[in-house]
This record gives sequence, structure tokens and C-alpha cells, in this order.
Amino acid sequence: MGLLDIFRSRPQGPSAKMAKERLQILIAHERATGQHGAPHYLPAMQQEILEVIRKYVHVEDDAVKFEVEHNEQFELFELNITLPEKGEASRQAD
Amino acid sequence: MSKVLVVTSGKGGVGKTTTSAAISSGLAMAGKKTVVIDFDVGLRNLDLIMGVERRVVYDIVNVIQGEAGLNQALIRHKEVDNLYVLPASQTKDKDALTEEGVGEVLDKLKEEGFDYVVCDSPAGIERGAQLAMYYADEAIVVSNPEISSVRDSDRMLGILASKSRRAKDGETAIREHLLITRYAPARVGTGDMLSVEDMLEILAVPLLGVIPESGAVLQASNAGRPVILDENTDAGQAYADAVARLLGEDRPMRFIETEKKSLLGRLFSRS
Repeated sequence: MGLLDIFRSRPQGPSAKMAKERLQILIAHERATGQHGAPHYLPAMQQEILEVIRKYVHVEDDAVKFEVEHNEQFELFELNITLPEKGEASRQAD
Repeated sequence: MSKVLVVTSGKGGVGKTTTSAAISSGLAMAGKKTVVIDFDVGLRNLDLIMGVERRVVYDIVNVIQGEAGLNQALIRHKEVDNLYVLPASQTKDKDALTEEGVGEVLDKLKEEGFDYVVCDSPAGIERGAQLAMYYADEAIVVSNPEISSVRDSDRMLGILASKSRRAKDGETAIREHLLITRYAPARVGTGDMLSVEDMLEILAVPLLGVIPESGAVLQASNAGRPVILDENTDAGQAYADAVARLLGEDRPMRFIETEKKSLLGRLFSRS
């Protein structure tokens, strides 16, 4: 910083702040879309869980949602099943 | 108990080979029998950084293909006891490295009583990089405080967590370490460089060390002498700290604060 720079204002905000914000958005997106590498066994596990559920209730493929969330300390595996409306063919396996 | 340690980054030019050379030398200086392996088939450079380029006869591909014994290919470092270098092949095609072949070499090294096998990964996420990290127990992810390097580091962390042998066999995950290199505290101070805190917040991996941007690194490369051997330099000391932490010692981070300039110094400095 020279003498004159003291009187000049910075043209933009600090660029590191921009870098950090861009990275946070980008990496959150890449992780969410599985590019961050979900466990390799996930698809197989997903299929097996689906088969177990179907022993008892009939659910469509899209009624089951799997998500893996990366936190600072741990990974969170989330399984959401939307059960069919009441009366709609429960215990199909019988 | 022998440990396989991969030095990786995704992006090229961030200091993987410099780090592999320094960390392996540091481990050997701490009394651990250590071998450092160059996985960059076709573009080997570890031999130059380690200063053993004129003693390369056989390489890892020769060993895998049975053209040379492991002990014929291992180069003993002249200055550092307990330290050996296994160079990459310069001529053969990249398919020469196979998962089985690398596994066999690592098994043999374990039988030979090596405490640490340090794998210097090539850049990218292709075959060489995948094989370098496949058998790892621990990983050092080298990252510069720069946007594309941080992104690639995150990608590499994802690959370590999903494509390694430990992930495939459902064993405990690879122990990950972040090593920040080419850090310039003054530029962090002016807001023009990502800070250690920024990078830790984004990557969320335990910090192994911060190596300052330093002329000592280029000087060490020029001389073919791992920078950790230059004990009076900032980079050499920062690597020594990182090795100590790797071995379980608790050491405070150095070289991450800028020296405060006086008002007069600031008025008259030109940079």
C-alpha cells in the first residue's frame, strides 16, 4: 500500500469474500446432486429397502426418497416413504 | 502396523509432489521406515524432487510386470535414513498400473516392514489418481487458497469416501487431512485470498498444516532436496509441524499471521 492508495477506495469488496460465496453455493450443489460421491452401495441398498417395504405395503418407486446429507461432523442418511392412502391395498403380499 | 498414506488434490500444480517428498522425509527422520511411490506414470517427477533421478533403474511398472524385484527398484535415499523411493515409469502406457498389481506391491512393502507407504498421486481423477488412493488408510488432501483448487479438493474428498477400497469393503473410512499450501497471510489480510477458516468451513476436514508461500520450496526443488531438510526455512518448519501432527503431536499453527507493519512502513511500502 503506498501513500496514494490510502486515499483511494477499493473498487470492489475483497475478492476472497466473493470466492468463498461462489464456492459455498457451487459445492453445496455438487454435493446435493451426488457428484460428491454418495456411498457406492446406496443404489443397491435403496432397491433392497424398497423390496422389504413392498412385502407389506404397495408403494410406487417415487414414493420412496433417499437422501444423503453431509454435515461437518457426520453424514445423515434420510429415508422418506409416503405410505398409500388408507384402504388402498395394504398387505399385498397375503 | 504399516500405513498407506495418499497425497492427493485433484488439481495439478498445488504441491502434491513437494508435499509427498517432505512428508515422507519427515516420517523417515522420525524413525519410521518409509517408502514414497510416484503414481504419475508417464510424467514422473518425484525422483527429481527427491534428488534420486540419476539412480533410477527400475520402476513400479517393472515390479508389477515381474521384470524386476521390489528391492531392485527401491532407491535408498542417501541423506535420510529409513527412506526409500519407488519411481514411476516414464515410458510405458498408463494401463500398466492395475489394481491387483498395485495391491501386490503394497503387500510386499508391508512384508518388508515399512511403517509408512506414501503414495504421490498424479493430478486429475483418472486411473493413476484412483489407484494412488484406492488402498489408502489415510489421505492428505493438498489445497491452495484458490477457488478451483478448493472445488477440486471437495471432489477428491467425495471420491475418497466412495471409490476407495475401504469404502467398497465397508470398513472405517479413510482418515482425511487437509494441508493448505502456498498460503500468503498478507494477501489474506487484504481480503484477496481465502483464509484458513474459509477453507475449513467449506471443506470441513481436519487441518494437518498450513505451508506458507515460500521461496524455499523452489530452491529445494532446484537442489533436489526435500524442503523439510531445510530446517531454517518457514516451509521446512511448517512441514515438520505437519509431520509431527500426523504422528499425533499437538502443535500450534505457525506462519498464518502476517507481521504487523508500522504506520510508517505502510506509508512508504510500494507493494
